[in-house]
Amino acid sequence: MNATDPAMGAKAEVKQNLEVADNQVTVGSCFTDAPKMTMRNVNVFYDDKQAIHNVSVDIAKNEVIAMIGPSGCGKSTFLRSLNRMNDTVESCRVEGEICMDGENLYAPKLDVVELRARVGMVFQKPNPFPKSIYDNVAYGPKIHGLADTRVDLDEIVENSLRKASLWEEVKERLHQSGTGLSGGQQQRLCIARAIAVSPEVILMDEPCSALDPIATAKIEELIEELSQNFTIAIVTHSMQQAARVSHRTAYFHLGRLIEVNPTEQVFTMPEHELTEAYITGRFG
Amino acid sequence: MNKPVNTPVNNLEKIRKSLSRRNRSERLFRWYGRLAIFIGLAAVTVLFTDIVSKGHGAFRIAYLQLEVGYDQDLIGVDNLTDPEQLILGNWQAVPKQALRQQFPDVAGRSDKRKLYGLVSNGSGFDLKDRLLANPLLLGTRETVWVLADDDIDTYYKSWLDGEPYAARLSDKQVKWIGELHDQGKIRLQFNSNLFTRGDSREPEQAGIRGAVMGSLFTLLLTLMLSFPVGVAAAIYLEEFAPKNGWTDFIEVNINNLAAVPSIIFGLLGLAIFINFFHVPRSVPIVGGLVLTLMTLPTIIITSRAAIKSVPPSIREAALGMGASKYQMVMHHVLPLALPGMLTGAIIGMAQALGESAPLLMIGMVAFIVDIPAGFNDPATVLPVQIFLWADSPERAFIEKTSAAIMVLLSFLIVMNTSAVWLRKRLERRW
Repeated sequence: MNATDPAMGAKAEVKQNLEVADNQVTVGSCFTDAPKMTMRNVNVFYDDKQAIHNVSVDIAKNEVIAMIGPSGCGKSTFLRSLNRMNDTVESCRVEGEICMDGENLYAPKLDVVELRARVGMVFQKPNPFPKSIYDNVAYGPKIHGLADTRVDLDEIVENSLRKASLWEEVKERLHQSGTGLSGGQQQRLCIARAIAVSPEVILMDEPCSALDPIATAKIEELIEELSQNFTIAIVTHSMQQAARVSHRTAYFHLGRLIEVNPTEQVFTMPEHELTEAYITGRFG
Repeated sequence: MNKPVNTPVNNLEKIRKSLSRRNRSERLFRWYGRLAIFIGLAAVTVLFTDIVSKGHGAFRIAYLQLEVGYDQDLIGVDNLTDPEQLILGNWQAVPKQALRQQFPDVAGRSDKRKLYGLVSNGSGFDLKDRLLANPLLLGTRETVWVLADDDIDTYYKSWLDGEPYAARLSDKQVKWIGELHDQGKIRLQFNSNLFTRGDSREPEQAGIRGAVMGSLFTLLLTLMLSFPVGVAAAIYLEEFAPKNGWTDFIEVNINNLAAVPSIIFGLLGLAIFINFFHVPRSVPIVGGLVLTLMTLPTIIITSRAAIKSVPPSIREAALGMGASKYQMVMHHVLPLALPGMLTGAIIGMAQALGESAPLLMIGMVAFIVDIPAGFNDPATVLPVQIFLWADSPERAFIEKTSAAIMVLLSFLIVMNTSAVWLRKRLERRW
């Protein structure tokens, strides 16, 4: 062991400071005046293991909020509790209050089917259905009965594909399989599929981690356009991506929300030392 | 520091040394694999050669050319529309008379009996069917090919092959056959009886039609019951049931059921379906029910595997779009798992088709001549038919047994091939 390596020494030093206190309070501007979604004292458990500790934050209407943090910090878990995708994990338990437009998402009378129509989701790995491009986009409107006629449905499909800037590339082959597209196209197809039911919020769980830089750039461009009509929460591993697409950035660490601030501020003068350590690449 | 140092040169030497050993074990393993495959193929080849060499003869059968006269007085029938006359008519007299005319110098009771033994004792009924199909023949004469007796058939075939087997024949019969052969009045024809008739005590008249129909009805019922029930159970267990001690318990027991010897299912069927619910014995209904019990675990297990192989990302995509769990299953999981489920069902059906032990328990081993026309007619199935024929003393049943095995095997091969084809055809990539 060469303990004299200065870089290693610095890392060890940071490690000592990485422990967070149980009474850790989120610093920065967590709350907004006109929130779309409000989270208060959210705790998430997998069996006995607590994955999210006491997180309180707002998501404003039509903003893009990025969630960053080292692997295993709970950002994906938190995102998935916003449309109750965690319900599918049997051992998962969510405590606290998550509201959209003042309505508690975990209220017993709320139907998750309705919730997920209002809060769409795009996953890490592009996962189009093994059906045609058209059927992929038309699936949501069909199951929710949004289109009365075939013409309506065609229109929804075209609009959604246009909004996902995929229309020009696929308009000639709408009835070919969606799985035959390239990775980036598949991911845009998944975005088109999500926006076809006109959700109010779109959750994106590392949507570009399986894509090459060019496809990533296209998706980022798209996110910016979409933010005019949708509220977007995006989990990302790439700090540059967070810096490019988001308005506000939330930094998670070991299941705790450390800091929420306007993106510019997070990346230029973070309030918390952990945030600073992370964005300067001292660990991660 | 006396330990040898791992210099690059040193390492390379070590790697090279170990390389030959590693390559040798790989070569050895390849040879083991080839040997294993060779043994398997050799076993299959021996089996098939044996069956085909024994059974191919059964597809041809000896016929005698006779000039028969449909004499009204001889048969005792003058009105072909009177059922009573048809039943009482002495039909066998027609081929007997024709034989007497063919060999006019045969005299004496014992010799005549031997002479009459040249033709099948069901040949009179074949001529009756011929007459009924064309009533104008009554009172006329015609030259027809008449089915020979099974002993004659066996002798003639073995004689043609150069190894005559005459143990069941008298010298006179051998002589007569020689004469018939010289006149071109005995020949082998395609044995259509094998495929159009039910079982018989007379080997030359026995066919597998009854057993094939019995198998068909039994399997149809098995498929109709076990596929929907099995698939529903698999979907529920995989997608809806909570994962707890109970579902573990159920899973273990489904696996146990798959390993239960099939004869136990036969006893279960006997006790429950026949003795308790009073389902008639020997019918495809009870056979189908028993085979359903036996096939269910196979279908459940393969269906669950097929459901498991659908990637979770598809489920997430559907749920994320706001599909209910039921919609997720029906729209996405089931269509993707269906090829696997069908493959499992076909393999289960192939298993059920080859099953005989449980059916022995529920009376499907009975000697049944009539061809079953529905689920409620007494029937037997192909493997049981094979068992019955293999048990029969007549020499001619040896080749019949092998022929029935060939038919059964070809059904199995068709089913298994279609399972592979279906999987290749329907399998999707994502």
